[in-house]
Amino acid sequence: MFKLKAFSGAQATAEAMRQINPDVVVAYPITPQTPVVEYFAQYVADGIVDTETIPVESEHSALSAAVGAAAAGARAMCATSSQGLALMWEIVAATPGLRLPIVMPVVNRALSAPINIHCDHSDSMGAATVGWIQIYNESPQEAYESMLLAVKLAEHPDVLLPVMVMQDGFITSHGVENVKILDDETVRAFVGVRKPDRYLLDVHHPYTIGPLALTDYYFEIKMQQEEAMIKAKAVYLEVGEELSNITGNKYPYFEEYRTEDAQAVVVLMNSSAGTAKDAVDELRNEGKKVGLIKPKLFRPFPYKEMRDTLVRFPVVGVLDRSLAFGAYSPLYSEIRNSLFEAEKKPKIQNYVYGLGGRDLFKAEVKKTFEELLSQNVDSENHRYIGLRG
Amino acid sequence: MAEKKGWKDLMRGADLPPATSLENKTGSWRTLRPKYDPSNCTHCMICVSYCPDMAIPTTVTEEGVVGKDGRIYKGRVRLETNFDYCKGCGICANECPAKCIAMAREEEVVESSPK
Repeated sequence: MFKLKAFSGAQATAEAMRQINPDVVVAYPITPQTPVVEYFAQYVADGIVDTETIPVESEHSALSAAVGAAAAGARAMCATSSQGLALMWEIVAATPGLRLPIVMPVVNRALSAPINIHCDHSDSMGAATVGWIQIYNESPQEAYESMLLAVKLAEHPDVLLPVMVMQDGFITSHGVENVKILDDETVRAFVGVRKPDRYLLDVHHPYTIGPLALTDYYFEIKMQQEEAMIKAKAVYLEVGEELSNITGNKYPYFEEYRTEDAQAVVVLMNSSAGTAKDAVDELRNEGKKVGLIKPKLFRPFPYKEMRDTLVRFPVVGVLDRSLAFGAYSPLYSEIRNSLFEAEKKPKIQNYVYGLGGRDLFKAEVKKTFEELLSQNVDSENHRYIGLRG
Repeated sequence: MAEKKGWKDLMRGADLPPATSLENKTGSWRTLRPKYDPSNCTHCMICVSYCPDMAIPTTVTEEGVVGKDGRIYKGRVRLETNFDYCKGCGICANECPAKCIAMAREEEVVESSPK
């Protein structure tokens, strides 16, 4: 049913794209996303996919070309990181407005300035408010499977929204692991062929896309987008269930790791969850009741489910890999928000770590757990891990 | 347009039925109006092909129309500009090789015209 292959996250993503065999892939390099489109371009050059690749002159053009292809009726993809995502920003906002189900791997990298090529989440967190579904992934394996899930989720008739599939720059994108790769037939049967209900190349049923909508209609169109995002929450689980039947893995809103009877949990996303799981294991071996929660679906955010889970614990630490300058950090904001309706709230503490790719060490996570277990927390102020004072 | 629809009744996204630009009469945006002098026109169709709003209608005539130098022009000929859609951009006047189109301020033309 599957083969084990030694793949980096970027290669696993390109492998998913090869199996999906999209109609159009738009390629523009940006570190550390580059190997995704590079591996894929090799598949095109070798003639093992039918995809039309469009090399373009910038990320603004990259997403624009993907938008054009998707509007024409194609299954279209592009991939980006950091400055690239920033440069395509105008089209990033337009894509969900046009209701085009584009799947875009985002390899997380810190935003300039200062210029930096390493991982943090400032790029995709900055894009969290414009209407893309966001799925965060810990490993090449998760990045691979989320690509498959994302295609079906994006194209679901109740959704029709673009999806960003995140993985950590270098740590995941360039780190090689064993990845279980499904066989091509299984993947193709799962993702099927895109069947748009209307598309621009259907010349017998012309329609207008992307017109001006001012005070008269803009508000209503945005409400439709919000409704689609609300529905995406349930569809994510439905599609996850289908994928689960093939892979045997689970696709919850967030993963719980050793949270049973936990006296303290940390909430964190992407690759650092791997480090933190090791810290949890070691502390559990010492008899300390600690656990971990790793959000996967960040947009739409599962507030209720998160609340129902978090109220089980006396104290929760939230680890953010980006700042929201002048506000609570992105993940911490959502965790705080999700607890508003809770009658009995856990104590919570935000920690900011790993900006610009600074490593998060197991010892630091263990120290964080000790602090949480001591319940010496201050929910109104950030603390920092690995920052020189 | 008719009564405004709520978000549940609209087509998905900002999609619209085709050809809605016909309903949107952009002629009201005009500040300059092309004044067309048929007696100097050679019916070369350059204004027709340059017009960004397709606002210069044409017809085919067997008997012909009188144009430049009193000649009879037969076949495809241009007609008066369609002021429902002409935005007064002046491209026709700029491109006309026979110089038979002149731009004038809209209010001057409207005030001096009988209607």
